[in-house]
Amino acid sequence: MKESAHVPSSRSGTVRQMPSPLVEARGLTKKFGDFVAVDAIDFEIRPGEAFGFLGPNGAGKTSTMKMITTVSPITDGKLTVFGLDPRDDGAEIRSRLGVVPQENNLDEELTVEENLYIYGRFHDIPKPVIRRRIEELLEFAQLVEKRKARVENLSGGMQRRLVIARALINEPDLVILDEPTTGLDPQARHVLWDRLYRLKQEGATLIITTHYMDEAEQLCDRLVVMDKGKIVAEGSPQELIQRYSTREVVELRFAPGAVETNLDRLDGLGNRMEALADRVLIYTDDAEALIDEIHRRGVEFEQRLTRRSTLEDVFLHLTGRRLID
Amino acid sequence: MATLTNALRVVEADYINYRRTWRGRIISTFLNPILFLAGMGLILGQLVDRGQGEAQLPVPFLTFVATGLIAATAMQTGFGEGAWPILAGIKWRKTFHAIVVTPLSVADLVNGILIWGAIHLAFASGVFAVLAAVFGALEPGPALLSIVPAALGGLAFQAAATAYSARLEDDMNLTNAFRFVIMPLYLFSGTFFPISQLPDWLEPVAFATPLFHAVELTRKVALPGVGAPVVTTVPTWVNVAYLVAMITVAWVLAIRSMRERLQK
Ligand SMILES: Nc1ncnc2c1ncn2[C@@H]1O[C@H](COP(=O)(O)OP(=O)(O)OP(=O)(O)O)[C@@H](O)[C@H]1O
Ligand SMILES: [Mg+2]
Repeated sequence: MKESAHVPSSRSGTVRQMPSPLVEARGLTKKFGDFVAVDAIDFEIRPGEAFGFLGPNGAGKTSTMKMITTVSPITDGKLTVFGLDPRDDGAEIRSRLGVVPQENNLDEELTVEENLYIYGRFHDIPKPVIRRRIEELLEFAQLVEKRKARVENLSGGMQRRLVIARALINEPDLVILDEPTTGLDPQARHVLWDRLYRLKQEGATLIITTHYMDEAEQLCDRLVVMDKGKIVAEGSPQELIQRYSTREVVELRFAPGAVETNLDRLDGLGNRMEALADRVLIYTDDAEALIDEIHRRGVEFEQRLTRRSTLEDVFLHLTGRRLID
Repeated sequence: MATLTNALRVVEADYINYRRTWRGRIISTFLNPILFLAGMGLILGQLVDRGQGEAQLPVPFLTFVATGLIAATAMQTGFGEGAWPILAGIKWRKTFHAIVVTPLSVADLVNGILIWGAIHLAFASGVFAVLAAVFGALEPGPALLSIVPAALGGLAFQAAATAYSARLEDDMNLTNAFRFVIMPLYLFSGTFFPISQLPDWLEPVAFATPLFHAVELTRKVALPGVGAPVVTTVPTWVNVAYLVAMITVAWVLAIRSMRERLQK
C-alpha cells in the first residue's frame, strides 16, 4: 500500500488555515484525437464546499468529471484527488468518491434495494453495515415504499434519487454529480435540490455540473463557468453576478423586426445592453429610473419584464451565447 | 490491482441479476437440448443407425450427436453471453460504467464476468448432460464428466466474444457473427457427423476451429477408448492446449478492449 496524503475532512478540521484542496487541477487537459475537450484548466475544490461546473453542451464538464473519477486518463497537466494521483491510486480514490453520472446506469432488472446492496459490495462494505445504510439511504431518497420495486418501474425522478443514494453507500468524502436534475420535471428537481442541500448541510463536499443557472445559484458556493473546454470565469454566484452583471435586468420584447428600428432610442440606456432576436436585455442597478427613461424616449416595445440578474446573464455576457440552446 | 475477491463481487452481482431473470432464460436452457436430442438424435439417429453408409459408427448415433451437441450448445451459450450482455453493459444499460467508478477495476469486472460465465456454462451443460442421460444417449457418469470439456469450450467462445463485442458500436456485427461463424461451426466441427466425412480440403479447416477441439475433447472424456471415426488421431493434449490457450489469449484481449472502451 502507498502512503496516502491525509486530507483533513471538513468535519474534523479545527486548524484555522485554508484546508488543503480535495481536488486540484493545473493545466488539466483532455484530448480525443486532435480534438481538445478540456483545455488546460485550473481549479481547486476545498473540503465542505459545493463546487459547480456551469457550461453549455460540449463545454467539457463530463470530460472533467471523468478525469476526476479516474476513468478517463488525463492527456496533459496535473490532477490530484485527495492528494493522490489518479493514474497510480485509482482504486483508493474511487473508494472515497460518490459518483452520480450524467446518464443513469442502474441495473434496471434489480430492485431498488438490490441496486444499493451490490454497490455496497463493490465498495467492500460488510453486509450488516450495508443493510443499515440501505435503511438510511432509502429514507434519504424517499424510496422506502419502493424498496422492492424493480428499477425499470420507477419514475425518472425516483431513479435519479436512487442513483444519488447509491453514490452515498460508501459515505464518500466527495460526491460528484453530473447534471443531477437534467430531464426532470420542476417538482422532481425541487425534491432533488432539497436532498442535495441536506447533504451539503451535513458537511459533504459536492461537485455539481449543470446548465441550469437556478441550480447553480441554489446549490453552489463557488463555481466555474466553462465554455469550449476553457474556464471563462470563477467565483461565487453572487460575485460573478456583481462582477459581470448588474443587480437588475429589464427585458423588453419587441414585435418581429422592431428591435432594429428601436436601437437608436435605446442607445446609452442602462450600464450595458444585449440585443437578442426579438428581445433586448438592459442591465441596470436602478430599474425604476431606467423604465421611466424608456417611456420618456417612446420606445415601442410589446412587453416588459424586470427581474433579478442571474448567472444566465453572466454567461451571456461572457460568451455572447445562452446556456441552453 | 485486480484481486479474486473483487472479481467475486461482480460474480455476486451477476448471480443476483440471474436470480431475477432466470425465468426468461431457463426455457432455452432446457428446450434447446430437448429439441436437439429428440430431433437430431432420436429421429435422425434411427435413419443413420439403420443405414449402410461408409461411416459406420462404433457408438449409437444418438450418443455421437449428444457428445457433439453438449459442446456445441456450450459454444452458443458462451457466445451469447459474451455478445449482447457485453454491449448492453457498455452501451444500452451502461451498468459497466457504474462498476468502474467503484474501487473495482476493469480487470476485476472482466474476471468477474468470465468466472460467472464459467459457472453459468457449467450449469447449462449440466442441464444438457442430465437430459442426455434421460434420453439414454449417455450413461449418467460420462454425461456428468462431459460438463467439464463442454464448459471449457464454451468459456473460450465467451471470452473471445467479450473481447470482440467490447469494440462494437451496435449489434449488427453480432448477428452476423452468429450467422456466419457460430452456425457454420455446428456443421464443420464434427458435431453432427465425423469430420472425416468432410471434403478433404475442408478437413484442415475443421482442425483449426475451436469447436472441433471442444467436441473432440468431450467425446474423449465421455467415451473413453472410443476409436475412429468418432474421434481423430489428434492427441488429447492438443485439444486441451488449444482451448486453454484460446481462453488465456481471449481473456487478456477482453480486458484490453474493455479498458479501451470504458476508460476513454
Ligand atoms: N469519447 C469521446 N470521444 C470523442 N469526443 C468526445 C468524447 N467524449 C466527449 N467528447 C467531446 O468532447 C466535448 C466535451 O464533451 P463533454 O461530454 O465533456 O461535454 P459536457 O460539458 O459534459 O456537455 P453536456 O452538457 O452536453 O453533457 C464534446 O464536443 C464531445 O463531443
Ligand atoms: Mg456532460
